This record gives sequence, structure tokens and C-alpha cells, in this order.
Amino acid sequence: MIEVEGLTKFYGPKAAIQEVSFQVARGEVVGFLGPNGAGKTTTMRILACFMPPTSGTARVAGFDIGKDSLQVRRRIGYLPENVPLYGDMTVRQYLTFAAEAKSVPRQERGKRLASVMERCLISDVSDRLIRNLSKGYRQRVGLAQALVGNPEVLILDEPTLGLDPKQIIEIRSLIRDLRGERTVILSTHILPEVAMVCQRVIIINESRIVAVDTPENLNLRLQKSSRILLEVDGPAEEVQKALAAVEGVLTVAPQEARDGRRRFLVETDREQDLRKDLARAVTSNGWGLTELRPVDLSLEDIFIRLVTREEEA
Amino acid sequence: MGIAAIFKKELRAIFASPVAYVVMAVFLALSGYFFWGFLARFTFYSIQASMNPAIGGGVNIMELVLGPLFQNMGIVMLLMMPLFTMRLFAEEQKAGTMELLLTYPVRDGAILLGKFLAVVVLLGCMLALTATYPILLMAWSAPEPLPILAGYLGLLLAGTAFLSLGLFASALTENQIVAGSLAFGALLLIWVLGWSADLAGGTVGKILGHLSFLNHFEAFARGIIDTKDLIYYLNVTALFLFMTLKAVEARRWRA
Ligand SMILES: Nc1ncnc2c1ncn2[C@@H]1O[C@H](COP(=O)(O)OP(=O)(O)OP(=O)(O)O)[C@@H](O)[C@H]1O
Ligand SMILES: [Mg+2]
Repeated sequence: MIEVEGLTKFYGPKAAIQEVSFQVARGEVVGFLGPNGAGKTTTMRILACFMPPTSGTARVAGFDIGKDSLQVRRRIGYLPENVPLYGDMTVRQYLTFAAEAKSVPRQERGKRLASVMERCLISDVSDRLIRNLSKGYRQRVGLAQALVGNPEVLILDEPTLGLDPKQIIEIRSLIRDLRGERTVILSTHILPEVAMVCQRVIIINESRIVAVDTPENLNLRLQKSSRILLEVDGPAEEVQKALAAVEGVLTVAPQEARDGRRRFLVETDREQDLRKDLARAVTSNGWGLTELRPVDLSLEDIFIRLVTREEEA
Repeated sequence: MGIAAIFKKELRAIFASPVAYVVMAVFLALSGYFFWGFLARFTFYSIQASMNPAIGGGVNIMELVLGPLFQNMGIVMLLMMPLFTMRLFAEEQKAGTMELLLTYPVRDGAILLGKFLAVVVLLGCMLALTATYPILLMAWSAPEPLPILAGYLGLLLAGTAFLSLGLFASALTENQIVAGSLAFGALLLIWVLGWSADLAGGTVGKILGHLSFLNHFEAFARGIIDTKDLIYYLNVTALFLFMTLKAVEARRWRA
């Protein structure tokens, strides 16, 4: 549905994005993840045909963003990062304008507006001036105008920015509901959000894509090592030494003590399962082993790792 | 479809803001003042003429009242049109709504034409209101209607030319005051060119005179439609609309 090839955008001498390539299949919800200034907004603006790239091409719904920009624009709904809306219009006036500009047939307009407002939970403010709405409601109106043209593709730039936790949950479930029905590409720098709503993640850092995968796969792929947490009843230093002596252990990191029991985070070679060896090392010394479990890398850890790794390279 | 949507949105924004009403009221007041002044002079002359048969049929209401009124309305319009156009693009660029607008399936040309037509309608309303003055005249004399219509056509054409220049200025910046000042300065300059034309004389003078906005208005004000003048205003309007289109396209590149 979206095919991006070698997109590059320069602002003066500085590149905002470089050689960005990826694909999004029909009905997929894809997250665009990256720290501030990574180039998320730039990529989305180019895909939404707001501005042309310096080089590279992209096709949305089979149409080239440069040559067939009008065709692309007919098939997308775009929510810009700071949700620019006309403050002196009421919600209904504004959505009517958006529907007209997006060529929604006159006889369908009323029905479309009603269904979009219901979906975005803004029916109760339909006659209020947009200027007087809270940030959360403005965000929903922004989402509503993106949906009003019944687009195949939604491009949402930080759709949960500036919302309170309840509103975030509402917007997320709204986006999750779109899965399968529309192709969605959304940007965020909130990691759990990606795992919650996206089927695939594109991680971008300093203007380049560093990884593309499912949230689960990223977890697997990026764990070069697996980590095991042990809780041991015994003298801290000796336990640490004993654990470090086990073959295959990379590092042993003592954690804070709890009721005299020490916790250790052991990082081991991914290829071997060292749980038995570690248990033996503890019990053979006569210490009590009260807990032993593998720890998953959180997406957050992965993100930080990816990003720092990229910097080292 | 696209043009209509933009046109309606702009029209609503125009009539929702006080600017339109204030400008129209000021314009109406100023032209009313001029009307009253010329009418008083006309009455004075006609009384003199009636007492002195030598002057005879020399007093003409088009020449003495409406012609000068149209001339002055043209100048006032030139000074005020930037107030109508300055927000059209500048406001959207500042508020960021331009980003969303440019991703709607509406051509850049349709966006600017929709905006342009909305202010042309506003101009039309403003001119229509001033029609009270010639209609008042009809109460006690019988001015010929066609020259008056020609005068109004001239005002409308000159006004749309001013508006197109103002629209272009608005597309260049995100600051409304800057857009207004740019348009105001440019309009004044082109007007003043007419004066220097008289001073310069020769070919240069002719060229300057040809460029001047108000030189082309004189015939209209006298109630005469000259195709040369008509084409001049249409050309100026088309030129600035085209430049506006280029400016909007350039915005995308620089965004
Ligand atoms: N109009 C502009 N002129 C100059 N530089 C720009 C412009 N817009 C963006 N940049 C630069 O391009 C880079 C990428 O910006 P972009 O807005 O795409 O980042 P982002 O990933 O959306 O960040 P954030 O999470 O803060 O929204 C940044 O370094 C930014 O400073
Ligand atoms: Mg951004």
C-alpha cells in the first residue's frame, strides 16, 4: 500500500532524512518510532504530499507522490503533528469543509459526518467553536477530518501527543479498530504505544532507518544475550564471584537487596541455556536459591540499544 | 468542488471577522464625503449656469459628480484592498493550517482561486453599497445609466487587480502586517508611477504611464470602456494570480 524508496530530504546542508525505504502492506498498522528530530515528521509530510523530497520516490495506493499527488491526496487522511485547525469554525462547519474539499458526495455528507463524529467521540461538541475545545478534543477533531474522506491510508503524526491517559487509551483503541480496515502509519516516541497498537515498527534515528520488524521480533532479534534474574540467600560478594565463574556468563550485576536476600541480574550467551548451571552454582555452595527467571528486554531497552549502537557505528 | 469548498470557507471567515465590516464602513463614509462634496460643487455650478446663459449646457452630472467620485473611490480602494487580502495566505501559514490544506485533494490553483473569488465577492458587496449615491442622484436628475455602469465595471476591474497583488503579497509571508505593508507599498508605487510619467515624458513616460494603475482608470471614470484598459486590468490580475500560484508552490519546496 505504501512503498517508500530512498527518500532523502535536505534542509539546506542538513539532511532531515536519508535513504529512507520501507513498505507497508494493506490493512497494516505500522509505527514510526524515533527520538526527537529523527525525521518522523519529515517523512510523513512527504508521504502526505505536503512537500516533495529532495530525492527518492514513494508510492501510496499505487500512485507516485510526485507525479500523481492529487490521486494520492484523494486516498489519504493526514493528521499533522500540531493539529492545525481553523479555530473560528465550529466542529461541524470544519468537518463539512473537509468533506467538501475531499469531494465527499453531497448526499453522503451528512451520514459520513455523523458516523465520523460518533467514532471520534465528538458528537457532543459538534456545535462548539474549535478554538474553545480542549487539546484532547482538538486531537479527535483532527482525527475526524483525517477520516472524513474515507481514506484507504491514514498518516498520523503523534496522534496521542498532549493527551491525558484516559484520552490516550481512547485514541489508541480507535486506531486499533482501524486495523485491517485501513492502512495506518503513525509516528510516536512512546514505546509501549507501538507495542500496543502497531503490527510492525520502523525505528528511525538521526535521519536513517535502523530497524523494521514486529514488536515481538524486535524483542527476540535484538537480544544478543538473554538475561536471568536470580534471588539468592547468601553473602553478596561470594555469590557474585560464584555466578561469574559459571561458563557462558557474560556479566553479573547485583541489584538492591531485599530482606537480606540479594538479587543478581546475570547476562548470558544467548545460545546456551545456563539456568541449570547457575542453580547448581548456588546450591552447591549451600546458599538458598529463592528465585530464578529469565527477563525479557523491554522495547524501551531495545530502542535505547538500537539508538546508542547506531551512534557508536 | 475544491474551489467551491475553499470559496465558502473563506467567505465565512471574511464575514465572521470585523475587518470586512470596518473597511466597508470606512469606504462608504469616505465615498459619501466625496459624493457630498462634488454634489455641492455641482449644485453651485448649475446655479451659476442657470444665471449665466453663456455657460449654458456645460454642466454634466457625470463629469462633475460621478466621474470625480469614481476617481476618488479608485484611490481609496487602492489604499484599502490590502486589508482584505493580507490574511488570506499569511494567516494559514502562521497557524499551520496550510500544511493540512495542501494535503487535501485540491489543486494549488483551486485553493488560490477560491480565496481570490471570496475577496472579489467582498469587493462586489462594498461597491454595491456605494451604489446608493448614484441612485440618490436619480431622485432629482436623470444621469445616464450606462456610463455609471462603466464606472463600476472600472472600479471592479481595478479592485480585482489590487486584490490579486494583495493575494500575492500574502502568499510571500506568514506575517499579515508584512503582507499588508508589501501590498500597500507596491500599490502606492505603481500608482505614483503615473505622476512621474508626466514628469519624465517621452518613451519612458509612456511606459510608466502605461504601467500606472490609475491612468487606466480615467476613461472608466468618465464612463467610457476602452478595451485597452480592460485588457490591462485583466492582464495585471492574471499576472499576479500566476505569481501567487508560483509562490504557493515554492512554499511547498521550502516547507
Ligand atoms: N522547516 C525546517 N527547516 C529546517 N530544518 C528542519 C525543518 N523541519 C525539520 N527540520 C530538521 O529536520 C530534522 C528532522 O525533523 P523532524 O521534524 O522530521 O523530526 P521528528 O522525528 O518529527 O521529531 P519530533 O519527535 O521532535 O517531532 C530535525 O533535525 C529538524 O531540526
Ligand atoms: Mg515530529
